[in-house]
Amino acid sequence: MITFERFVLDNGLKVLVHEDHSTPMAVVNIMYDVGARDENPDKTGFAHLFEHLMFGGSINIPDYDEPLQRAGGENNAYTTNDLTNYYCQIPAENIETAFWLESDRMLSLAFSKKSLEVQRKVVCEEFKEHYLNKPYGDVWHQMRELAYTKHPYRWMTIGKELSHVENAHIDDVKQFFFKHYRPVNAILVVAGHVTVEQVKRLAEKWFGDIPMGDPYLRNLPKEPPQTEKRVKEVHAAVPLDALIKTWHMDARLDKGYYVADMITEILGGGGSSRLYQKLVKEKQYFSNLDCYHFGSIDSGLLTVEGKLVKGVKMEDAVTAIDEEIQKLTTSLIEEPELQKIKNKTESVIAFEDMSIMSRANSLAMYELLGDASMMNTELQKYQDITVQDIQEYSQQIFQPHNSNTLLYFAN
Amino acid sequence: MINRTVAPPITDAVAFDLRLKPCDRYTLDNQVPVYAINAGAQEVVMIEWVFYAGNWYESKNIIAGTTNFLLKNGTQQRNAYSINEYFEFYGAYLNRSCYNETATVTLHCLSKHVAELLPVVAELLTESIFPEQELAIYKQNQKQRLEVNLKKCDFVSNRLIDEYVYGFGHPYGKYTSTLDYDAVERTELEKFFNQFYQNGTCMVFAAGKLPADLDQQLNRVFGSLPLNSTVLPEVNYSLSPAAEKKYRIINDKEGVQGAIRIAQPFFNRHHPDFPKVQVLNNIFGGFFGSRLMSNIREDKGYTYGIHSYLQNHIHHSAWMISTEAGRDVCEATITEVYKEMELLRQELVEQEELDLVKNYMIGSLLGDLDGPFQIIGRWKTYILNGLDEQYFYNSIDTIRKVTAEELQTLAQQHLNPEQFYELVVV
Repeated sequence: MITFERFVLDNGLKVLVHEDHSTPMAVVNIMYDVGARDENPDKTGFAHLFEHLMFGGSINIPDYDEPLQRAGGENNAYTTNDLTNYYCQIPAENIETAFWLESDRMLSLAFSKKSLEVQRKVVCEEFKEHYLNKPYGDVWHQMRELAYTKHPYRWMTIGKELSHVENAHIDDVKQFFFKHYRPVNAILVVAGHVTVEQVKRLAEKWFGDIPMGDPYLRNLPKEPPQTEKRVKEVHAAVPLDALIKTWHMDARLDKGYYVADMITEILGGGGSSRLYQKLVKEKQYFSNLDCYHFGSIDSGLLTVEGKLVKGVKMEDAVTAIDEEIQKLTTSLIEEPELQKIKNKTESVIAFEDMSIMSRANSLAMYELLGDASMMNTELQKYQDITVQDIQEYSQQIFQPHNSNTLLYFAN
Repeated sequence: MINRTVAPPITDAVAFDLRLKPCDRYTLDNQVPVYAINAGAQEVVMIEWVFYAGNWYESKNIIAGTTNFLLKNGTQQRNAYSINEYFEFYGAYLNRSCYNETATVTLHCLSKHVAELLPVVAELLTESIFPEQELAIYKQNQKQRLEVNLKKCDFVSNRLIDEYVYGFGHPYGKYTSTLDYDAVERTELEKFFNQFYQNGTCMVFAAGKLPADLDQQLNRVFGSLPLNSTVLPEVNYSLSPAAEKKYRIINDKEGVQGAIRIAQPFFNRHHPDFPKVQVLNNIFGGFFGSRLMSNIREDKGYTYGIHSYLQNHIHHSAWMISTEAGRDVCEATITEVYKEMELLRQELVEQEELDLVKNYMIGSLLGDLDGPFQIIGRWKTYILNGLDEQYFYNSIDTIRKVTAEELQTLAQQHLNPEQFYELVVV
């Protein structure tokens, strides 16, 4: 049970406090309700580029990192298709430094042209390092474009192409900031060796006078239900053939999401999972095989991905995966197999909750989804799932017309 | 209105009284030492068995790594699938890793399941049989994995730079080829297993919310195994660093980035200057605010990240600078790295910068000690390196006291471009 208190400042900033006095540290986590899905299709990669610019100096403080490091703190940030999250860990004595720094960059950035110029280059190198200069680096670029026709999940967080990042203009930066980086669109979580009273005082002092901003009303294009199966072939300079197949699954808050999450474990979670045992160990069609999803807030993709053993035909690999998937739709899984997944989930949650950093991040995430207290009811949602649920949901999503297949051939 | 241009007052992190939580120590009946940290709020534990079974002790390439990997792939009683299923049913993770001197088996699980899991860990460590079929699958899949990795400039550069620094005949400098996988024989694994696991030298590290009777449980299950009774063979290797210092390699004609590695052989933790060099390294390229990062990423935008560090080996170390940079700016990046070395040799680090780095290092040390797994991790490093908690307190003392003059002297001794190997792999 993770306990927390919640209050809202007059400007709409939601503040959550999780006290844990067993640590000398404090974590300050700010989640902004904006991600790559909120981007203009012609200016993709912007939310992530913007994350970099948040370290390029704010209106009253020329450098974010330096004062934080001087106070013994460390920080980082990440951007997903759904959200942007900034967090720092600092000795609790010096927590006010984090409030000072975070509030000033919420008040306003410095909008330095130099910072934009440099970070455009840095992000381009990040793009190259992770997506261009690696074998199979473009797999998700290809798959997103195949699986989504309307919804902005059709591009990656890093952006559709380098040119979008290269062409980012300082006016875009300003506009994006004042649209999304307002108190009313943010959640502040403070965790660790702090008290609620102390956080109330500091939040009011540092964040209280920041103008509220307009609530961002998200109105994204809906992805129409897929009606026929899509298959795309890619030929690239890679050593091995690869196969990646996805099916549309439920959004984060729907019941189907939890069932889909368990299905990925049944199929690909560990050495006793079905796909690994059948296709890597017994048939030896794949040298590695994973089954996963991204935890997307809007409707995401349940994914199977693997590299073929040399000499195995692509069509045989595709058929073998389909056969394993079919078993979930035609017969009920055994109770012990379901229990295994539930035990695993219980364990994963316990390990995740070990650090205050991770607890703060989860609280922000669930608050963004609607209510931080969902963090404490999450395990029960998994416990309630039955073998019938698994079969019914498998029948629902594992239909050929709901599938997208990328056949990635080695030249 | 508050004045936002003025920073709130801070307590200097160097003033903090940092304490390394002592670990409980006991030995099992067979003299296997156990180190334990009982702490934390979550009902979870980590137990690690460390064997002196790293590639230091193998007489043929990848025998140590293959033996370690296949520990989960079959015993006299269970096949690979039932081993995995057993641990996964309890929501437990059993990982194994092979390093240079040591090889480990690590269990993460909920505290309530420890009693069910320990006997099966013992089974793996005493009854593994290395089935031919499992070995064949392993070879096939590892070769494929290697083939993919060899397309990556960072992977290739990491192998080569270690070879230059230590020599291919040294465990720290050698690497694997497809042919090495083909050459592995089952009987070699059995032999290695028998000598270095079944009758090997072992120690145990445990952390988390430990069961009250963990010592008895460990003794019951592991205390009568024939461990720690034979003396570990004395194996020595000589270093044979490469004569040539500069390398440029094209691994992928179409590559858009180059992996840059700049490194020199370095002394290990037992050298009295080691803690001071850690401070110098932080200033140079050891954290986000370092000079390399500020110049080459934050000012020039040549790379997504650049780091320097001292390699975490027991016998010898290397001081390494590592980055992936745009193909057309690789040479410019190297020039800037050497400029930063020169600045550290020529000019005293300003007090303000030195104070910042000291505070940062102490603050991050405080954060690193947060949680039982982190604390036992630090103890493990000390114990495997033949150090004790005094090393921790000396390091803190060094961070507090080291002067700009001392750092400049160290820079003059150690940050000279001609001492470094230099490699770019595109």
